[in-house]
Amino acid sequence: MTTETADPVSAVGAVAPAADAGFLQRHGATIEYVLIPGAALVGALALFGIFVALFGKNPLDLYFYMYQGAFGTWFSWQNTLTRAAPLILTALCTALPAQLGMVIIGGEGALLIGALSATSAALALQGMPPLVIQIAMVCAGVIGGGLWIMLSGALRQYRGVNETISSLLLVYIALAILNHLVEGVMRDPASLNKPSTREISAVNMIGTIPGTDVHWGLVFGLVAAVAAYILIYHTVFGFAARVAGGNIRAAKIVGLGVGRLILTICFLAGGAAGLAGMVEVAAVQGRTNANLAAGYGFTGILVAFLARQNPLAIIPVAILLGGISASGGLLQRRLGLPDASVLVLQGIIFVFVLASDALYGRIGFLKGKS
Amino acid sequence: MDFGRISRRQLLQGGAALTLGAAVGARPAFAAETTIGFIYVGSRDDYGYNQAHAQGAAALKKIPGLKVIEEEKVPETDAVEKTIESMINLDGATLLFPTSFGYYNPHMVKMANKYPKLRFEHCGGLWSDKDPKNAGSYFGYIDEAQYISGIVAGYTSKSGKLGFVAAKPIPQVLRNINAFTLGARLANPKATTQVIFTGDWSMPVKEAEATNSLIDQGVDVLTCHVDGPKTMVENAARRGAMVCGYHTNQSALAPKAYLTGAEWNWEVLYPKFVKMIAAGEVIPNFYRGGLKEEVVKVSPYGEAVSAEARKHADDIKAKLAAGNYVIFQGPITDNKGNTVITAGTERSQQDPELEKMDYLVEGVLGATS
Amino acid sequence: MADGSIGLWTVPLAVLGGAIRVSTPFLFVSLGECITERSGRINLGLEGTLVMGAMSAYGISYLSGSPWLGVLAAGITGAMLGALHAGICSLPRVNDVAVGIALMLFGTGLAFYLGKPLIEPTAPRLPAIDFGWWSDIPQLRAALRVNVLFLIGVALAPILYWAFRTTRWGLLIRTAGESSDAARAMGHSVLLIRLRATMVGGFLAGIGGSFLSLFYPGSWNEGLSSGQGITAVALVIFARWDPLLCLWASLAFGGAAALGPALQSVGVTSGYHLFNAAPYILTLAIMIITCSPKRTLTGAPAELSITR
Repeated sequence: MTTETADPVSAVGAVAPAADAGFLQRHGATIEYVLIPGAALVGALALFGIFVALFGKNPLDLYFYMYQGAFGTWFSWQNTLTRAAPLILTALCTALPAQLGMVIIGGEGALLIGALSATSAALALQGMPPLVIQIAMVCAGVIGGGLWIMLSGALRQYRGVNETISSLLLVYIALAILNHLVEGVMRDPASLNKPSTREISAVNMIGTIPGTDVHWGLVFGLVAAVAAYILIYHTVFGFAARVAGGNIRAAKIVGLGVGRLILTICFLAGGAAGLAGMVEVAAVQGRTNANLAAGYGFTGILVAFLARQNPLAIIPVAILLGGISASGGLLQRRLGLPDASVLVLQGIIFVFVLASDALYGRIGFLKGKS
Repeated sequence: MDFGRISRRQLLQGGAALTLGAAVGARPAFAAETTIGFIYVGSRDDYGYNQAHAQGAAALKKIPGLKVIEEEKVPETDAVEKTIESMINLDGATLLFPTSFGYYNPHMVKMANKYPKLRFEHCGGLWSDKDPKNAGSYFGYIDEAQYISGIVAGYTSKSGKLGFVAAKPIPQVLRNINAFTLGARLANPKATTQVIFTGDWSMPVKEAEATNSLIDQGVDVLTCHVDGPKTMVENAARRGAMVCGYHTNQSALAPKAYLTGAEWNWEVLYPKFVKMIAAGEVIPNFYRGGLKEEVVKVSPYGEAVSAEARKHADDIKAKLAAGNYVIFQGPITDNKGNTVITAGTERSQQDPELEKMDYLVEGVLGATS
Repeated sequence: MADGSIGLWTVPLAVLGGAIRVSTPFLFVSLGECITERSGRINLGLEGTLVMGAMSAYGISYLSGSPWLGVLAAGITGAMLGALHAGICSLPRVNDVAVGIALMLFGTGLAFYLGKPLIEPTAPRLPAIDFGWWSDIPQLRAALRVNVLFLIGVALAPILYWAFRTTRWGLLIRTAGESSDAARAMGHSVLLIRLRATMVGGFLAGIGGSFLSLFYPGSWNEGLSSGQGITAVALVIFARWDPLLCLWASLAFGGAAALGPALQSVGVTSGYHLFNAAPYILTLAIMIITCSPKRTLTGAPAELSITR
């Protein structure tokens, strides 16, 4: 197989037998974290190859175009990274609450509310220096998105409403609010056939990273992911969250304020998705309209689960999924596959990676002595 | 075929980014061909808006020396910028057709500025002097065809109540509703059009519910402006109402109930554009056309259309095709009683005011917000 | 009225008609999910199952000429997706919520992929039974044109209610849902019970999908479901895992979905986006009112990950 993604895995496989047993056992857990999802990915790609072969397409062409469209050229890389940027942020919206054992799938709603808040802030402050407006947009986006998911957390904590369902319902409600405002009071009369708010004006846009076409949202995402990792794994707060996630009753017994934990984590989670909304406005669209509901929130769920809810692992997984979506166009154009092939592939990968969860701790040569 | 200023060689001199495209292009396929990229916002088999464009693209595929590449379901985000660049860099596309309104600003404008040597033709946008010169926007005055549908509907309706299932209250949609109503009132001055907005371009359950609600209100002829008219056509026909189609010809779905319909005619326009480029002519940056320019067409009449209706509709159609008929001529009042076009004012199709339409004319039951 | 119009009566009539027309997919998915969740597992993938069911029903009906074969095919497709869900979930440490989301993606993608050639053709549809023959108001007659699937769904709700309480398999499913240890102690395989419950749930959800494509709105396209499957899963939770409440909730949802267009048709034109969101707002409101932090939900299967 000629896939890019297969290479690191086979590399690990090639090195591993050569290394001494002590190394394998000491780093068994770490190797598992790379080996198992990698193998699942290879399996998923193989199955998808069979699937397209059934429709008379050559799987080798498929892998070649996937590689080329995602990582084959500098342009492809930029395409991939641009698509990965919002996914890192929306994935955090699922990954952070997962530390508490909560399943939040409403990142899309927080993204929309974040975008709406950020746009409102920018429009309210027109005339101020761009930096002031940009900072205000970040704050508004984070607060808007944060409060939106915090609502799910509060409903769970104080009313016992299931957060998975409530966060999902809030997506539809957020979209209705956005459409209502954008086609109503916030509508720019000049937006004609695409009802939109007024533009935040070009000087307030955050632009691209110098030397690339990739907007600053990628950096926001990287910083947020690293910050989330530090928060969860290297602070007392994160430790408390993980304890509570493991066992709510134990957490209550040792006196952790579970309510405060839930609200804070949900706020941060929604804040990340809200920041993604702010980035879409300030780096891409320049205004709020229905285009913002592009499904980044939903793909973010997939990213978070594939990354096993680890904030750092979200980064490579988001890049991988960004690559799949970047190569989707090439698959349509060169192989004549329908757009839905990307959905099928994502579904297969997701299923394989989830099923591979059963393998942890069961690979013979990696088992430690303990 | 000589494609003048957009030849591949010039393209390669165009920018550093393109050298990457050349490296990729080392793989076989397109040697001396001109590559044209089509981008659709939905599925190109949607039996509606996108399929109409795909039919136009299919007409280009028959022309030798042209290579047509297509990508469907591209959202109106930076994804479309990347799709455009990918078509340019990886496939060597030199002429691009992004076919959804939301692609125009900021996305396509940004790309046209970045690739000044390539040609961008956008469907639906309003090109203005401050937009790049290598970009253009074209659209069809499909309200002319809707006007004809309205005449036919006005004659056919027994209750004088017509129904319109619409997606969003935006100028393009409002213009269709208004033209349909004005046409119907030529036939029956008391005719009214009840409009229901579903809120989005593809909401089959809402469209079906809207259809049923309209028929419950006594409406007996319906038309629509949503991405896929199939749901409305079939559900209306099942309840015994008559329909006028939209986007493409849906008569096969309900042969008895289908009166006529407003259709795009991209399979005529797109080859025309390509021939203009090949002949070295300049496509106007702001290109519009109706029945006269063959950008839109009217479906053949169904069996339920009376001879009287055919005669009147054909008469107006001939005038529109000759270019000496104005649909929006004053006095026109909106459905709140305000005069929107004063007596003596003729707003002919090219009038930019019509592209900003934000009212519903008298006779339409419904509101723009 | 003389001109055949019924004025403001359109709204209650549309809500009634909507309750009958729109509710059936909700009903089938929620009853199916009810069985699955009672066995102690949640399958969020029923959205994908619904869409797959709609596509396969339309395709088989088109190819074979028999809509009932289409319904059967939708059910079988649903059962297979259910088996896939149950199979993966029976592996150790696998999260059933996540598998559901994965299958939602997979089912939707596969249906879109395979369904491209089915958008334009017209397939034979399911027939309607005219229950309004006694009335001479055409609007009422139209609202009472009912498909037999709706009747099956309505009948299924009390049957399931009874079956959960009194039959052996009802008891087994509930035991697996309340305490897998107890089920094991009785000598039954919990995994097998859940496999069957998930397959039956998928079967019903697939049939719900066939109603969408073969009866109302009655054709296959990619916007067909717009989240009805996932909403139906939410509905089970506020129906407290009670099949009879699922029936009422589905009817309420169907009616709510008809509210937006009906209000516009009588002249209530502002805020239609908000009216269109009515079903979601309604669900959330009911959940807020009926849930309580103090105790677990009455009727909640103790083994269900989502309520723990």
